[in-house]
Amino acid sequence: MASALINVPARARRGDVIEIKTLISHVMETGYRRSQLGARLPRDIITLFVCTYNGTEVFRAELHPAIAANPFIVFSTVATESGTLAFHWTGDNGFSVTESARITVE
Amino acid sequence: MSRRTSRREFLLAAGAAGGLGLASVIAVEPARATPVAMEDAIRKVIGSARVTPGRVKLDVPPLVENGNTVPLAVSVESPMTEADHVRAIHVFTEKNPQPDVVSFRFGSRAGRAGAATRVRLADTQTVVAIAELSDGSFWSARADVVVTLAACLEGV
Repeated sequence: MASALINVPARARRGDVIEIKTLISHVMETGYRRSQLGARLPRDIITLFVCTYNGTEVFRAELHPAIAANPFIVFSTVATESGTLAFHWTGDNGFSVTESARITVE
Repeated sequence: MSRRTSRREFLLAAGAAGGLGLASVIAVEPARATPVAMEDAIRKVIGSARVTPGRVKLDVPPLVENGNTVPLAVSVESPMTEADHVRAIHVFTEKNPQPDVVSFRFGSRAGRAGAATRVRLADTQTVVAIAELSDGSFWSARADVVVTLAACLEGV
């Protein structure tokens, strides 16, 4: 179904600010469009994106229909320790995807 | 000074009335927010706090061909320590069907108070970014964007 692409540097020095890019495939149907028959297409969007670093939340984004299809989010965090970055997207119609990436900090 | 209504005045008045009639037909279904709606949305998110222009950097191209995907980046210069960091940056638009666009929330561990994404813009309009700092102050930036092909409102 949904597939996510994540770009996290594999290794970083302690204290460095690393940039993280995420992309997930999703239609982000706004709920304001109509089909050719005039029926309103129901809203179907991702409403929340959360990134945790070894279990601690470091970044969160609340999305609205004005985010383009296939939400692309770039943000940053401080490389504090080796471990796992977990990415979680939730949205309408029970949409829920979790991805993770490993990072080595030296 | 009284005189009969000239042909030109009559046509102007008729045109204005016709325009009003058309406007009210369109207004049956509010397809877009207004600057007032944006102000309401901003108040809903940040409360009654005072917003000062400055400190926020809002990067949107001034001329956009396709409103369906517009790169947008926001950032604030901040040391991002526990004592002094940016809590959140909210983005709003004037004329999209819904004024809210996105809220980025940071902690002191974000390292840099900045984020980027791609947004939809329904019309040529003003985009506003408001940053919420840990000391409770609010800062804002605005950008005017000209959109050639609008997003959201066309059929499928």
